Amino acid sequence: MTELELEDRARFEQLVLPHVDAAFNLARWLLRGRTDAEDVAQEALLRACRFFRGFHGGDARAWLLQIVRNTCYTWLEKNRPVELSTEFDEEIHLQASATPENLAIAGDDRERLILALETLPPRFREVLVLRELEGCSYKEIAAITSLPIGTVMSSLSRARRQLHSALANPTQKGAVREV
Amino acid sequence: MKCDFADSLLQGYFDGELSDRRAAEFERHLGHCDHCATELVELDWLSGRLQLTQIYEPAPASLRRTINTHLHPVAPTRAASQPLLWQWLAAAAALLFIAFLLWRVSPELRSDDYQAELADEIVDAHFRSLQAGHMTEITSNDERVVKGWFDAKLKFALPVRDFARAGFALNGGRLDVVEGRTVAVLVYEHNGRPINVFVWPTREPDTSPHTGSRQGFQWVDWRKDKMEFCAVSDAAPADLEQLHQLIHSSV
Repeated sequence: MTELELEDRARFEQLVLPHVDAAFNLARWLLRGRTDAEDVAQEALLRACRFFRGFHGGDARAWLLQIVRNTCYTWLEKNRPVELSTEFDEEIHLQASATPENLAIAGDDRERLILALETLPPRFREVLVLRELEGCSYKEIAAITSLPIGTVMSSLSRARRQLHSALANPTQKGAVREV
Repeated sequence: MKCDFADSLLQGYFDGELSDRRAAEFERHLGHCDHCATELVELDWLSGRLQLTQIYEPAPASLRRTINTHLHPVAPTRAASQPLLWQWLAAAAALLFIAFLLWRVSPELRSDDYQAELADEIVDAHFRSLQAGHMTEITSNDERVVKGWFDAKLKFALPVRDFARAGFALNGGRLDVVEGRTVAVLVYEHNGRPINVFVWPTREPDTSPHTGSRQGFQWVDWRKDKMEFCAVSDAAPADLEQLHQLIHSSV
């Protein structure tokens, strides 16, 4: 054990490890893939270990997710700067879809939802994932993303509007379906 | 037609982020606003799809294994160097004893946690009041009017002062709830920014001001003469400090 003393390790296991799923899920949606998410979530957890002495109580999930988010953005800047810098282009993202197994199991509805979510800009995707999948309050999202609460609320509102219109309008490109 | 309530309240209502009072107000509005009713159904539909489709992705077992291996590396074991169980127990007991002593002897050491929790709650209350656009239940710049309103509702005597001449104009007050108890809130305005001053009685000794910031809001908290004060705002820290000085020297 290099970084954590025995006592800290027990605290880390008790406070932080219950949120490994949350850490992975956030990374998976920010990076749009399980393989990259596992690498980055692992890096974030090891960083959390290293910085754990600086955690003085409070919301351990928000603390961990903040580290995961920062690690994800650093990774994106290095490996896929286009995603962060350009205006969002569906073409880029439609190719990186869910895994074949997922598609086989889930069929159209699930596939469409995943694509629609992955097509949102990362800043919108993260607030939606934190709110709808992780059940975070506005305050927690503000803490995780270091955004003012007002910005959290407006991002969430726009994310929902975009996702809704993507889903309510299933044939995003090409044929128009009769209503 | 777009409705004014839609932007400010609809989403907060849907996410359960409004105070009871604001939620009730929005529900009354909902009864006769088709726009908001439709939007609410859409929010619910979207949320339902996200939940029901089960797209939450739990961590793979390999990630957990890696972290566990990191936390519990297989150490080279040398029997001679293994401390005996009773040595561990003695060390643990000593640590516990020291922790207990520290906790007992210096309540100051505990105050950080207390401050952090308190600041959270107060910044929340401040934020709710901004979000709801509902800062004051009694709106007046007259010290006596505001004090009279509070005196009828509180069990403690609240000092109420207007500092308009120093640039901190009294706008009124309201009751709020912090840590489960009713507190008085005096609302001031400084350079167009609202400042909430939360006041409640305490049995603790006087303290010099503690300051901090959360989510872009500054707060300063102090106790004097069995009263605790916490001023919070997005104004500059120096402005809050000035208001603290004004209140502190007036009570």
